[in-house]
Amino acid sequence: MKAGLLRIFAILGKETLQLRRDRLTFGMIVGIPLIQIILFGYAINTDVRHLRAAVADQAHTQLSRRLIEDVQASQVLDIVTSANTGEELKELLDSGKIHVGLLIPPDYERRMMQPDRPAVQLLVDGTDPVILSTARGLATMPRTGPHGREQTAGIFEFRNYYNPERRSSVFVVPALAGVILTMTMVLFTAVAIVRERERGNLELLINTPVRSGELMVGKVLPYILIGLIQVSLILILGHLLFNVPVNGDLLDVYLAALAFITANLMLGLVISTLAKTQFQAMQMTFFFFLPSILLSGFMFPFDGMPKAAQYIAEILPLTHFVRLIRGIVLRGAELGQMMPDLYALFLFAALTLLLAVTRFKKRLG
Amino acid sequence: MESESAIESRNLTRRFGNLVAVNHLSLSIPRNIIYGFLGPNGSGKSTTIRMLCGLLMPSEGEVRVLNHRIPGEAEGLRHKIGYMTQRFALYEDLTTLENLRFIARIYSLPPGEHVRRIDQALDTYNLRAQTMQFAGTLSGGQKQRLALAAATLHKPELLFLDEPTSAVDPQSRRDFWETLFHLVHGGTTILVSTHYMDEAERCHRLAILDGGTMAASGSPAELMANMPAHVVEVESDLPQKTHDALEGNADILSVTQLGLRIRVLVEKSRQNPVEYIRLLLRDAAVEAGVNPARPSLEDVFVASTGIHKKRGAA
Repeated sequence: MKAGLLRIFAILGKETLQLRRDRLTFGMIVGIPLIQIILFGYAINTDVRHLRAAVADQAHTQLSRRLIEDVQASQVLDIVTSANTGEELKELLDSGKIHVGLLIPPDYERRMMQPDRPAVQLLVDGTDPVILSTARGLATMPRTGPHGREQTAGIFEFRNYYNPERRSSVFVVPALAGVILTMTMVLFTAVAIVRERERGNLELLINTPVRSGELMVGKVLPYILIGLIQVSLILILGHLLFNVPVNGDLLDVYLAALAFITANLMLGLVISTLAKTQFQAMQMTFFFFLPSILLSGFMFPFDGMPKAAQYIAEILPLTHFVRLIRGIVLRGAELGQMMPDLYALFLFAALTLLLAVTRFKKRLG
Repeated sequence: MESESAIESRNLTRRFGNLVAVNHLSLSIPRNIIYGFLGPNGSGKSTTIRMLCGLLMPSEGEVRVLNHRIPGEAEGLRHKIGYMTQRFALYEDLTTLENLRFIARIYSLPPGEHVRRIDQALDTYNLRAQTMQFAGTLSGGQKQRLALAAATLHKPELLFLDEPTSAVDPQSRRDFWETLFHLVHGGTTILVSTHYMDEAERCHRLAILDGGTMAASGSPAELMANMPAHVVEVESDLPQKTHDALEGNADILSVTQLGLRIRVLVEKSRQNPVEYIRLLLRDAAVEAGVNPARPSLEDVFVASTGIHKKRGAA
């Protein structure tokens, strides 16, 4: 038992030493989260904001100024200039200086009293469908009555929980931690073992007193630490760059991450017993990675998917982790409220471990 | 089976699908010698070694290595055997010292002993100057010495070397064998596989393997003395023509050109082989000097494996 522990430490130490020297892998540990968070956080942005706009306020009343303030507060429009007439707005639109023009007619206050007539005209640059739909969203903004909020005439009272500013980065970043972990954890372990086989190291190792279980534990342990470092990195970056809050318990975050990391590492081990070359290991990882990204709810809402896709998604660890991490980080939920997802991760880890161990033994002859 | 032998096997067989890599091989390898497996590629050398180490399950047969039944008791054997793989199997991105340290820890050598043995190995295998060098940047000979140092760090009773010198120059090979004899002197038993004749000739005992079976065995001297064929040397200005005139005739086992000389192996049962060859050459109108020659190990190798092929074909 003691000798076994020493052997695990021997493998662990060697693996860490090699990892420190492997600049590419080491760079990937930090680089992948960094690049992905910037890419996904900034670029994948479904909420359009800060559209350049101009206002022609022909009413000049307290109410019209109130409307302009409200529009600005929504941050959807940036009022960059003002105009006097509808024609002037049209010219600004034509020249591309603005995307949206806001025309408040002189009889604005009277129109507000007539719910069947639109009070304000919105001139929109329709060449970009995203801008168009955003502006359309603006058109449904609740009317503000002359006596303040209480008399809002909008049909729906819309309240947005958890992400009041409707920023997609808040939604994307926590789940991104899962995506990055899926990619790096599965790939790293699979490659780490396949590389040993490819280079012939394994032939030497299996002739030493090292047992396959010790070998696997020793090889996998450093990556658990790396996975936790990546989670921390993503959460810190998410907080610094995108103001993503951590509403729940940090310990819950790490527990969920630990379960998820373990599940992925075990999958990496299984792949390592199947793949003969590092290239094959990479292909298999991506075979797994793509459905994870598409079906887990990271990109598309889980509830909108057909039943068959949902069943497949339930098998993927990322689906459960996305639920867990969004729950803990955004909703401030406790891990105890989401045990089924945690159990799913444990089950996945246990089954893959079993598969890896049986397959690995066969490999030894 | 008695404990005198380092390795005993009976009817050891390994099949890969339809291919029989090792076919009913029975071995008895005494302790404290260098025992060689000589054979062409695909003759089952590596497969046999892997089975003897317990890395590969035999399809059939019984094996005892150092009185451990294989494969059942293979784990208990790990500390007693060393294995040097055909390919360099240590970590190229670790230094000489780090590799040796890793191996020492894997074998759970006591910490004090650990340092002393690595120190000793660096001297014995002349790796002192390469202590801090990455294994990947070592020369072929240095890599091989490091591999041997790693394989012997835990002082195994039995050492398996699978084609250890395929990637080194002749001088390194000589030095390498020098160290092997030192190890045997210290009480180690060594099993080495090779396809080099000069290496095979250095072994105390040899088994010539062909197609997974034992084609011949004994000491190199015995093998040459009990050569299963006559060796005749032909000297001619027209070696190609001589070659063509002889090859394919009855009882001619092999015709090999060595510069202007041609080495011919003739079936043992043929009386007066020199006369027979002269007759064949006269028929082909080739002028040549024909003389009997002393068999070399290569002749033994060619004759043994050739005979085997003929039998297999018949």
